[in-house]
Amino acid sequence: MTPGTRLVTWLLSTITVVVLLFGYHTSTAGALLSATSVVEAPQAGADTGTAGSDNGSSGGGSGSGSGSAGSGGASTASGTVTGPTVQTRWGPIQVEISVDGGAITDVGVPVYPADNPRDVEINSYALPILVQETLDQQSADIDMISGATVTSVGYVQSLQAALDEAGL
Amino acid sequence: MSTVATAPRTRTADPARIVRRVEQLMGMPVSLALRGRHARTRAAEAAWAEVVTDLRWVDRVFSLWRADSAASRLRRRELTLAEAPAEMTEVIEIAEQAERDSAGAFSAFLPTTDGSLAFDPTGVVKGWGVERAARFLRELDDTDFCLSAGGDMVCSVARADSPPWQIGIEDPHDPTRLVARVPVTEGAVATSGAAHRGSHVVDARTGVPPTGVGSVTVIGPSLTWADIDATTAYALGAGAADWLRTRSGSGLVVWADGRCEVVEPSQSAGTSSGA
Repeated sequence: MTPGTRLVTWLLSTITVVVLLFGYHTSTAGALLSATSVVEAPQAGADTGTAGSDNGSSGGGSGSGSGSAGSGGASTASGTVTGPTVQTRWGPIQVEISVDGGAITDVGVPVYPADNPRDVEINSYALPILVQETLDQQSADIDMISGATVTSVGYVQSLQAALDEAGL
Repeated sequence: MSTVATAPRTRTADPARIVRRVEQLMGMPVSLALRGRHARTRAAEAAWAEVVTDLRWVDRVFSLWRADSAASRLRRRELTLAEAPAEMTEVIEIAEQAERDSAGAFSAFLPTTDGSLAFDPTGVVKGWGVERAARFLRELDDTDFCLSAGGDMVCSVARADSPPWQIGIEDPHDPTRLVARVPVTEGAVATSGAAHRGSHVVDARTGVPPTGVGSVTVIGPSLTWADIDATTAYALGAGAADWLRTRSGSGLVVWADGRCEVVEPSQSAGTSSGA
């Protein structure tokens, strides 16, 4: 995998950051109020991924001051929106999204660093998405569990044991 | 548990089934998830065997639960650093860097019951060892892997069409629940806390376990440093989030009262303002 394709993969995985930049003046402004979001009551249920993305994206979006691009970002918007070229430590990045009825239908990356030897580091941008899920709710799409060090005894009760059981 | 085996992978775009391996190593379960070209091949079996062999070697050299390990002998001053494997020096140098970065909260020299300091590389070795062992998996072309040792992991996605690994972050107050999830294509996730084996992390300057914090998770490019940073932040207790904000990874602090605080990568090491 070349650095370029890996970069695009990252951009796709963190695209909600850009959406929030565009939607700064609209319904998601609350998620960008501070550099760090403290959420006391995470939303449960089917929309946890989306709700959580709002929380997580506050980090990536802050500091860039890109709210001025917000005209296309309302949740019901349609059309194509091209974001500003943002200077990152890896070079300039610009993202273009196509939105239909508030849903992203296509993502383009017109500007990205041509030479990006530190592509691996980009992924440190991935932010935790707050959720509140039980074993049954999460089992469908969680690949691995991160938690305080699991001993052999504790392991049999752990979520990771369930995942391993499912895959073996 | 049977629901796990039958549940559809609704949000995972990759139709390929994930192949898993698990082995008890270094006193903890080490789990591997593979998908892609080599998930079921002999090459993957050979790579996994190399990982297991490598981590057993790490345990033999660095475990303080083994009286005959180089670390134990070094601790008892039966061995000099020059006589130990070269990797011992590497680990000590990492620990010294971590000590500088944390103003001494993290250290490879921990207070003992009699008040003296004793060599203890444990805080470095797990993350370092797993990151190092993952090199065998990187040789599997066109194959994604996630290698986890007791909840600390290295993730890699080799293919452009692969979805990121979805990592669940355990609730330190209820191990049957998650507090967060994080998608990782390339990088590491480490969590420090007291959920499963009681408090084993102390501030190296005081020898006192932290209060006010349930767990700290760090997501970053290197498992060695994600693990160290999670441990350090957890040891700092109420100061966990403030210290983590000075580091380059992102993270999650679950406070003792259950609140969750997402910490973004430090701005000084991160993006500049928009063009």
